[in-house]
Amino acid sequence: MLTVAEAVARCPLFDGLPRRYQELIAGCARFVRFDADVAIFLEGQPADRFFVLREGRVTLEVFSPERGRIVVQTLGPGDALGWSWLFPPYRWHLDAMARERVAAVAFDGACLRGKCHEDHLLGHLLMERFGDLMLQRLQATRLQLLDVYAHGSR
Amino acid sequence: MAAAEPDFLTPRPARVLSRRRETRESVTIALEAAGEAWLPGQFNMLYAFGVGEVPISISGDPGRPDRLVHTVRSVGMVSEALCRLRPGQWVGVRGPFGSTWPLAAARGRDVLLVAGGVGLAPLRPVVSELCRHRPDYRRVTLLYGARAPGDLLFRRELERWGHRVDVLVTVDRAAPGWTGDVGVVGSLLPRAAFDPEGGVAMVCGPEVMMRFALADLRRLGLAERAAWISMERNMHCAVGLCGHCQLGPAFVCREGPVFRADAVAWALGVREV
Repeated sequence: MLTVAEAVARCPLFDGLPRRYQELIAGCARFVRFDADVAIFLEGQPADRFFVLREGRVTLEVFSPERGRIVVQTLGPGDALGWSWLFPPYRWHLDAMARERVAAVAFDGACLRGKCHEDHLLGHLLMERFGDLMLQRLQATRLQLLDVYAHGSR
Repeated sequence: MAAAEPDFLTPRPARVLSRRRETRESVTIALEAAGEAWLPGQFNMLYAFGVGEVPISISGDPGRPDRLVHTVRSVGMVSEALCRLRPGQWVGVRGPFGSTWPLAAARGRDVLLVAGGVGLAPLRPVVSELCRHRPDYRRVTLLYGARAPGDLLFRRELERWGHRVDVLVTVDRAAPGWTGDVGVVGSLLPRAAFDPEGGVAMVCGPEVMMRFALADLRRLGLAERAAWISMERNMHCAVGLCGHCQLGPAFVCREGPVFRADAVAWALGVREV
């Protein structure tokens, strides 16, 4: 049976990190499961953790009184979910809904922030990875905004 | 006496056999074939009589040589006229022209198809071939991105293909009731069963989408020599005479439209080309 430490080592987000750091991170991690159509977190709630998905899909949504739930992105296995735990005021900016049964590794934000304060290299390495993740998501969002399929015969 | 040169510049009349509306803007028309041998990736020049002529990729099944199938998006006068065609009406056809997707090179390897918008149409014959000869290839994945659920082409086929190959679909903007993925097509890459070491990628869509998809594939570790893209340019003669579709040292109509990415990736970042 897969241990939490093994699952952390397999997370793409932590790929290539020194083993001792993967083990430190695993100390703040545990397995979690969510049923389909369950809210993993909601906008405005305390962002006290983040997740790396192992199975199932999760949608990031914004609720609009006029339009209901607006899905802005879908995440799947291997994807990291949540970065609001990194920055004050530590509150979620979006809703995350399990679209199907989801298995994930959940990481305690306060625990990990504490370890980053104690070991700045770990903090630097984690910030690099989350920075890269944010850059990828930002670029993807820009591409969505470009509406590339609107014009041309393709 | 020397044999007459084939006349590549004169359209032959072809009867419309069927017409299927795919989306609000796109239509698939099947024409009566005249025994033309064509390969996935090639295009025909379709002439709407009295309106004009445009290059349209062949989107049919290579296993049905009796029909020449094209999927047309209405974006101008000629394509609009083609979209209005009804069964029994006539259209002018020149072709087939151009280079082909590397199906032979893909044998025995993982195959990743990345399509955006109407860019699925030129890859549709590839999917048909891959499904027909499935054991000849390793893992096959189709990633398809569109603007919104209503813009997805070949919906029934996407479901059918899903029985033979992995099909992942995403849209940039969800609509009520959409339960599929939302996000750019590149965001599906981590979920594709694909080995960048020995795999082959074929990418087709708007140029900016292909530029980003190639960057995502590079990031995944795929060499540019293992990726092919289909370019679109202003083609007129289709045989490399007029120069309208020149792309650096190549003519898209003659050396393309399918290019190995390392041959044309430079052009994707040049504003004037």
